[in-house]
Amino acid sequence: MAKTLFDKIWDAHIVKPVEGGQDVLYIDRHFIHEVTSPQAFDGLRQRNIPVFRTKNTVATADHNVPTINQHLPIADPLSRFQVEKLTENCEEFGVDLYGLGHRWQGIVHVIGPELGITQPGMTIVCGDSHTSTHGAFGTIAFGIGTSQVEQVLASQCLLLKRPKRMRITVDGELAEGVVSKDIILYIISKLSAAGGTGYFVEYAGSAIRSLSMEARMTICNMSIEMGARGGLIAPDETTFEYVRGREFAPQGAAFEAAVAKWRELYSDPEAVFDKEYHYRAEDIAPMITYGTNPGMGVPVNEAIPTAPTPGDSLASFEKSLGYMGFAAGENLLGKPIHHVFIGSCTNSRIEDLRLAAKFVQGKQKAPHVSAMIVPGSKQVEQQAKAEGLDKIFIAAGFEFREPGCSACLGMNEDKVPAGEYCVSTSNRNFEGRQGPGRGRFWRVR
Amino acid sequence: MEKFTHIISTAVPLPMEDVDTDQIIPARFLKATTREGFGDNLFRDWRYHPDGSPKADFVLNNPTYSGKILVAGKNFGCGSSREHAAWSLTDYGFKVVVSSFFADIFRGNALNNGLLPVQVSPAFLHEMFTAIENDPQTKFIVSLEHQTIAIAGTEREEQFDIDPFRKVCMLNGYDDIDYLLSLKDEIEEFERVREGEKKEVLI
Repeated sequence: MAKTLFDKIWDAHIVKPVEGGQDVLYIDRHFIHEVTSPQAFDGLRQRNIPVFRTKNTVATADHNVPTINQHLPIADPLSRFQVEKLTENCEEFGVDLYGLGHRWQGIVHVIGPELGITQPGMTIVCGDSHTSTHGAFGTIAFGIGTSQVEQVLASQCLLLKRPKRMRITVDGELAEGVVSKDIILYIISKLSAAGGTGYFVEYAGSAIRSLSMEARMTICNMSIEMGARGGLIAPDETTFEYVRGREFAPQGAAFEAAVAKWRELYSDPEAVFDKEYHYRAEDIAPMITYGTNPGMGVPVNEAIPTAPTPGDSLASFEKSLGYMGFAAGENLLGKPIHHVFIGSCTNSRIEDLRLAAKFVQGKQKAPHVSAMIVPGSKQVEQQAKAEGLDKIFIAAGFEFREPGCSACLGMNEDKVPAGEYCVSTSNRNFEGRQGPGRGRFWRVR
Repeated sequence: MEKFTHIISTAVPLPMEDVDTDQIIPARFLKATTREGFGDNLFRDWRYHPDGSPKADFVLNNPTYSGKILVAGKNFGCGSSREHAAWSLTDYGFKVVVSSFFADIFRGNALNNGLLPVQVSPAFLHEMFTAIENDPQTKFIVSLEHQTIAIAGTEREEQFDIDPFRKVCMLNGYDDIDYLLSLKDEIEEFERVREGEKKEVLI
């Protein structure tokens, strides 16, 4: 029977179907970080059980770490305690940790792919909703809660109901200056912040095929912003070439054998999806969001709509604009900004930094604007330095920081002060997401 | 996990859509390493001014409304996967969240913590909001066994869906982890078979 790519991978990981429509699904890779794991390790201790498969488990510290002076002890006592707890837990349970000071430390969804831990055909989970990023390699990757982190640590399995399948096809050629972030913001603006709930999405079409792995990761990363549990893209030569030679990828003959298997990872031509959408790449323009959910996006040169889009009520629309301090029908171009944040698991890879450097080279930021570049990992940071990108940023008045999630969620010191505007490359424009006050947030590519 | 069978309670109305988990519990409160105490910071930025004083117009600060049921607009719990959102709702005292639509990860997290997500039709949700508005003392009867939610003192009742496996777990207070641990032999067998397949490919 014809199968979707999603079903091929899912079926290959069923340990046992359970009465009532759930499957016991085997998990190939489990990434953990300091924020959503401590209670899970406590659970193991209470049951007096080990981590079932330490070799399938990798940890890093990213959500809660400072992005300056990482060689010094963390100043905030709660953050320090949480990061130390991760180190203790990993030591006690024998889990590999690439924590602060390690040459591989970084945002969990950046380091997995760059180390070759993420490979086509795998099932991958992490206590973080942007785990969908890894779907760019043709994996089933999704975020889980802490109870499930504990379940995977204890058994390497999860009890799950198979989601429905959606395919989003983008054919055609992207216009000059339109990048993958624009594609996904365009899709979410069409489908709304809840349009993908209950589904796992496959992205297909010539416009998706033409993208680099970094660009594909940006798209899959934001699948959760339309409510989808995850998104994936069938692996191809671009994927195989990216994985080849990486630290934890199969090497030599084993790699060639793996590629032969990975070539079978595609949706059969007759496979049926529960829902299909088609878009034309030519219709997509550079995008920006104006509100407080990721569905509230418009082309950057167009005005804010005068009425709520189909996913939202009038009350939510008005509340959102009230928070942002914008009026319906207003244009965003020309609005003053106070901060620029380039980083997060969505856009902190070397390709993103190269693009940003191209824009700012030889220019100078306005004196009243603070601008921050936060690379996604130590390896990205080193690569950027090797290419001299750090010097370009610093010359333009930007700060070049050390890796972490930073102002994407504002758990560390990197927060937008009350009432100020920030243009950001991250993934969520929720109220207060970048700071406790009325820090405002536009999301751009 | 605590057992859940049925509940009769007044409800707290939150008629907003797309309530994301960053609103339920802001990221800066995720530094704790235990599951307790999150209720104090539930809806923190909607509930308190930056100086810590309560915002009078937020529903949790309005003594008119109370109860173990939270009634919210559609797409409740979207965004971050943080289970702390479910912990903060249960720690505050909620046992049931009613909405016309739930985000996937939140729904799973709630069920893993004995917090029942009840998905109703948009029309019934509207009726519930109206009933609370007319009389904040209106009680609602939620029966997990019968999968029904009713407005007490009226004929109004609606069925809700729940995965049969999840229902059994909640009714009996079972955790997934107990079940998964019981499958150790089958999981190891699965691993052995897969290892064998990989070797075959290499030969």
